[in-house]
Amino acid sequence: MTAQTPLVELRNVSKVYPATVKGAPDVTAIDDVSISIDAGDVYGIIGYSGAGKSTLVRLVNVLERSTAGQIFIDGRDVAQLPERDLRPVRLGIGMIFQQFNLLNSRTVARNVAYPLEVAGRDKAERTKRVAEMLDFVGLADKAGAYPDQLSGGQKQRVGIARALASSPALLLADEATSALDPETTNEVLELLKRVNREFGVTIIVITHEMDVIQTLATKVAVMDQGRIIERGDVFDVFSNPQQAASARFVSTVVKGLPSRPELEVLRGRHSGRIVTLAFRSDTVDQTQVFGELSRDGIAFQVVYGGINEIQGRPFGHLTLALTGDDVTIDAALDRVRALTTVTEVR
Amino acid sequence: MDGLITLLPQLWVAAWETLYIVGLTLLLGGFGGLIAGLGLYLTRAGSILANRPVFGVLNVLVNTIRPIPFIIFLAAVQPLTRAVVGTGIGNNAMIFTIALAAMFAMARIVEQNLLTVTPGVIEAARSVGAGPVRIIFTVLLPEALGPLILGYTFIFVALVDMSAVAGYVGGGGLGAFALLYGWRQFDPVVTWAAVLLIIIFVQVVQFLGNRLARKALRR
Repeated sequence: MTAQTPLVELRNVSKVYPATVKGAPDVTAIDDVSISIDAGDVYGIIGYSGAGKSTLVRLVNVLERSTAGQIFIDGRDVAQLPERDLRPVRLGIGMIFQQFNLLNSRTVARNVAYPLEVAGRDKAERTKRVAEMLDFVGLADKAGAYPDQLSGGQKQRVGIARALASSPALLLADEATSALDPETTNEVLELLKRVNREFGVTIIVITHEMDVIQTLATKVAVMDQGRIIERGDVFDVFSNPQQAASARFVSTVVKGLPSRPELEVLRGRHSGRIVTLAFRSDTVDQTQVFGELSRDGIAFQVVYGGINEIQGRPFGHLTLALTGDDVTIDAALDRVRALTTVTEVR
Repeated sequence: MDGLITLLPQLWVAAWETLYIVGLTLLLGGFGGLIAGLGLYLTRAGSILANRPVFGVLNVLVNTIRPIPFIIFLAAVQPLTRAVVGTGIGNNAMIFTIALAAMFAMARIVEQNLLTVTPGVIEAARSVGAGPVRIIFTVLLPEALGPLILGYTFIFVALVDMSAVAGYVGGGGLGAFALLYGWRQFDPVVTWAAVLLIIIFVQVVQFLGNRLARKALRR
């Protein structure tokens, strides 16, 4: 195995569900997706519900069968493996779920022990590993409790302990924080960060929540209608989305760009011209931009905007209302255009 | 009342026969029903052993046999009873017939109880590499244990009901007793004695079933 082999690689993978009603068209859940995930990555897959994210992640551990394409796990194509041969593959892939999916008939400790039982580890080893895992997730005192006695955050921590018990190299997180309140979400995200850092576990995070991508992911793919429409470093995709659909998606979670109705309100309130400026910490100097605008005595007012931070790098958009004569404003905007992206809203 | 006192020995025998018939049919029919119910659940569309033809056959079979009134079913399957048990009458023939009917009734109850298990839990088990047999024994049955116990308690009453017809084919039990000594001899006291015993049986079993189910559900 060379260092270059990605841990997970999907090549032209599709998943088509046959029509449920005769005569209706087949449903394409995943449409010719290729993606490559390196060991150590935290790869976020973001999109609206129904975009195919959950199906995509289930193709990776073959809980669902792809209808076309190849799926390589550690260099081995698993897409067509028979169910029996998939079991050892799945032991190397942990999974956590939105609804936690713990066994209510088992205690916390026995839930965590479950994958180890499946793997055929002996009792002494199971006991030792369960204690280690519960310690790691901070639930050593809950070993004898049943899932219905735990809070949502605790349940998900048990889910994480269970998913990691068999020491997988890959963890699939399917909307793992979507059922949790914001505070608990942060706890779970911190825990997942530690999973990645301390155990070197590669994580694929399926989510529709910006916070999750922002705190956790290093790379992101945006899904829409079963296709990956954009991918790259988290900062690049969120600060400068290339596709209209991903920009629309990003704008619902990144505060900074006014929505259409918000624009109407702004235009009603401000008589001047309205422009939106994009800021990225590494390329644009805010001081310089505002310096250019104020130099010719243009009056401006920040009417909308926000600066976000991803992986320690700020970016964002500010919408300004400018007042002054058109010629001066045009000249100033031309100079600002040399510095950053300017969008005039008419 | 005097009639009942002289009949007491027969009443005890009848009570034991009812317990014997119901106990044995609960065991046989319950086990058969568990297998058939698992079959229905596992082969239905989207389940872990989804198999349309098998599900279709099981489903139609259960739907066909379940609604047949028991006394008609008893007569209808008599040739089969004779082939299997060697005779079409008596307690053993009765046990075979009741167990058969109970199996189909129980199959539906088992299927319904298994459907209460969240599909996500089964998916979680699959995601760690568990196969179908392991999923049945470590996920499906333990997770549905509470409702299953209540289901078996429920079928117990149906078994008592069916066993009362035994008198028609030369079997014993409280039904035959009430028919023979109460109804035919115009002695309602005797009939009500049998009724009282049946009520006691059902109460005791329902009480135990509820307790066990509560323990399984931990509430």
